[in-house]
Amino acid sequence: MTAVSLGMPQVFHGEGNIFEKEPFPKYAKRELTNEQLRANLGFATGKIRTKRANVVGELPDWQDLRTAGSMIKQRVMANLPEYLEMFEKNFTAAGGHVHWARNATEANQIALDIIKAEGVNEIIKIKSMATAESGLNEYLEEHGVSAIETDLAEEIVQLADDRPSHILVPAIHFNRTQIRDIFKQKIEGVKVDLSDNPAELAEASRIRLRDKFFNNSVAVSGVNFGIAETGTLSIVESEGNGRMCLTLPNTLISFMGIEKLLPSFDDLEVFLQLLPRSSTGERMNPYTSMWTGVTPGDGPQNMHVILIDNGRTAVLSDEVGRQALHCIRCSACMNVCPVYERAGGHAYGSTYPGPIGAILSPQLGGIENEFNSTLPFASSLCGACYEVCPVKINIPDVLVDLRGKAVDFEKAQGKFKGGKKHPHPQMDAIMFGAKQLFRSGKMMELAEQALPASHLVTGKQHKISWLPGLIGGWTKYRDIPEPPSQSFRNWWKTTEHKSDKKRSSGERVEIAALIEANKGKREEAHAKANAAQSAREAQGE
Amino acid sequence: MTTAKEDILARIRASLADNPQPAEPVRAYRRQSQLSAEATKEMLVDRLIDYKANVFYATEDSLPEKIEELLGANAHYVIPEGLNQAWLPEDTATRTRVTDSGNDQKSGALSLRELDKVDAVITNSTVSCAETGTIFLNSNPDEGRRAITLVPDRHICVVKESTIVELIPESIARISYERPVTMISGPSATSDIELIRVEGVHGPRTLDVIIVA
Repeated sequence: MTAVSLGMPQVFHGEGNIFEKEPFPKYAKRELTNEQLRANLGFATGKIRTKRANVVGELPDWQDLRTAGSMIKQRVMANLPEYLEMFEKNFTAAGGHVHWARNATEANQIALDIIKAEGVNEIIKIKSMATAESGLNEYLEEHGVSAIETDLAEEIVQLADDRPSHILVPAIHFNRTQIRDIFKQKIEGVKVDLSDNPAELAEASRIRLRDKFFNNSVAVSGVNFGIAETGTLSIVESEGNGRMCLTLPNTLISFMGIEKLLPSFDDLEVFLQLLPRSSTGERMNPYTSMWTGVTPGDGPQNMHVILIDNGRTAVLSDEVGRQALHCIRCSACMNVCPVYERAGGHAYGSTYPGPIGAILSPQLGGIENEFNSTLPFASSLCGACYEVCPVKINIPDVLVDLRGKAVDFEKAQGKFKGGKKHPHPQMDAIMFGAKQLFRSGKMMELAEQALPASHLVTGKQHKISWLPGLIGGWTKYRDIPEPPSQSFRNWWKTTEHKSDKKRSSGERVEIAALIEANKGKREEAHAKANAAQSAREAQGE
Repeated sequence: MTTAKEDILARIRASLADNPQPAEPVRAYRRQSQLSAEATKEMLVDRLIDYKANVFYATEDSLPEKIEELLGANAHYVIPEGLNQAWLPEDTATRTRVTDSGNDQKSGALSLRELDKVDAVITNSTVSCAETGTIFLNSNPDEGRRAITLVPDRHICVVKESTIVELIPESIARISYERPVTMISGPSATSDIELIRVEGVHGPRTLDVIIVA
């Protein structure tokens, strides 16, 4: 763990899988050559986008639910110490045990101790972002304990010895034939004539895991929602593997980020509407379980919750960035993101990919660590992620703020000084002064006044199809739409608000205006990227 | 040495040094249904069928006949101890029921292997949400402990008309957190392989819902 003091109160960043391992553009560029990944992701995100839009459109009060969700989460964060202690008191009163972990290693250690005390060397697991973040499986493996993933997609990824590419559909980068081959190779006793029919593959998993469910006495899970006032935990899922893990073993260990709390049981009425519609695009996921501590004669009698910081308190320390802690891990922002759709989940390095990952990883792990400072640039700021976010996390706003911090960091490293070698000088040039630009209304205005000049380089097709150096790695695969000839802000000023109050220089730019100005750009970007892709394919590249 | 708990709470307090004061959450979403009982029931049926549950209708009087029809002549099925036995058909030589005591630490509870061998489980339910097609079990004596509605491959679930509501907030208001809650929306399913929905992975692969007037 790194402790950083920049004339501010000390913050404690997390550890584990919350880091970009190489600069995002470099990683993304390599991933872009993986045709199958791109085709599968394009298909998946497109399909889930449509499903989500349909079920969200059914609800007349969707925006009211989003507002309530956002406000409830703000309340949780503002009163986090009280809610955590309330949760601990109530969960303990209901027969459970509460543990606290400052970081990933401590959380893994606590889990290992409980597992060792049970005297087993195999456990079953429900898909969990928190344990992926902490690297629990690898940690247990090192200590002689096998963790069996029971979610079908996680099972496929684990059997293939690979990493998830999407938080909701982690095995979307494999097609059915590949999955059949993985099963035939890795599942002992699987029938020799196993076909690639998804129903038959699911059956093979059912047969394999039934024994695991019946014979294992320890399960590990994440948590979707924890209720402070009652000590209740809740998990949403589809396949029934979650219910198996939550019901059949005698010992249950649940990993829970400290931000997962909701104040009261009734608050579930908001989040159980927001999550499934945003996530899988279903009105409701097939199964949701809720339990309050131990129930004699029904389910695990030895119940543990590990409350994990691992950088969350660092996120909380940032007044702009702390809203990233409101995230309920639905993945809607990924499915609408033109950058994610083409680069894929692996390119973000961390457990958390996509737009939310681009704001969460740099804050959890520190923007100065590994290549986290490249993540806030993995976005076109089109604003689609904000529009679909069920708890209204203003991802573009946080991205812009983090870009400023990334520049601050690079500046502090002396990377802008002339003559110094630097891996991506174009990025530096573009980002030089970005903080001042984005943070100050006046500067932003001046920059936007320069917009028409950029038309000089866009050419007859009115799009920028080539940019030098680093950015070129991106534009090689997609065209950046020409900047508007007049910025929204200038238009606003010349039409309506001539006497608009001057903003103070320290005030941040109104991101809503940027989003407004970029409306429709996502579809445009998609269409252009697809057209360019078809053109390249036609040329037989 | 400070404990992890003390450290984390201290870190949080330091991070909240700006003392944020968010407003009381505004709950402008729907919390009371405006729909008629008939329309609510129709909505539930529509959504259940959409998620590949099978829907049947009965009255209290015709329920045994309906269950007999669903089970067929050959079936071994489990019921929770508190289920109204008047709902069930008479046992025959080839159609037998077994009662689970509801407490796996006491006698009369089926083992997992025994549960895996039964053809079906029959239970009542606490409340059903029409808008999402969701049935709530709340571990009442006529719903049983959680394992009995999980391990068998077929769940026959009784939904009384009086327990159908339209909205999720109305449903949450009717359940208790003090006993385990299982929300069921169609049979177990996965879309993990090429996003093709497959009904039935680990939970019951068949969900039969009998709506009782």
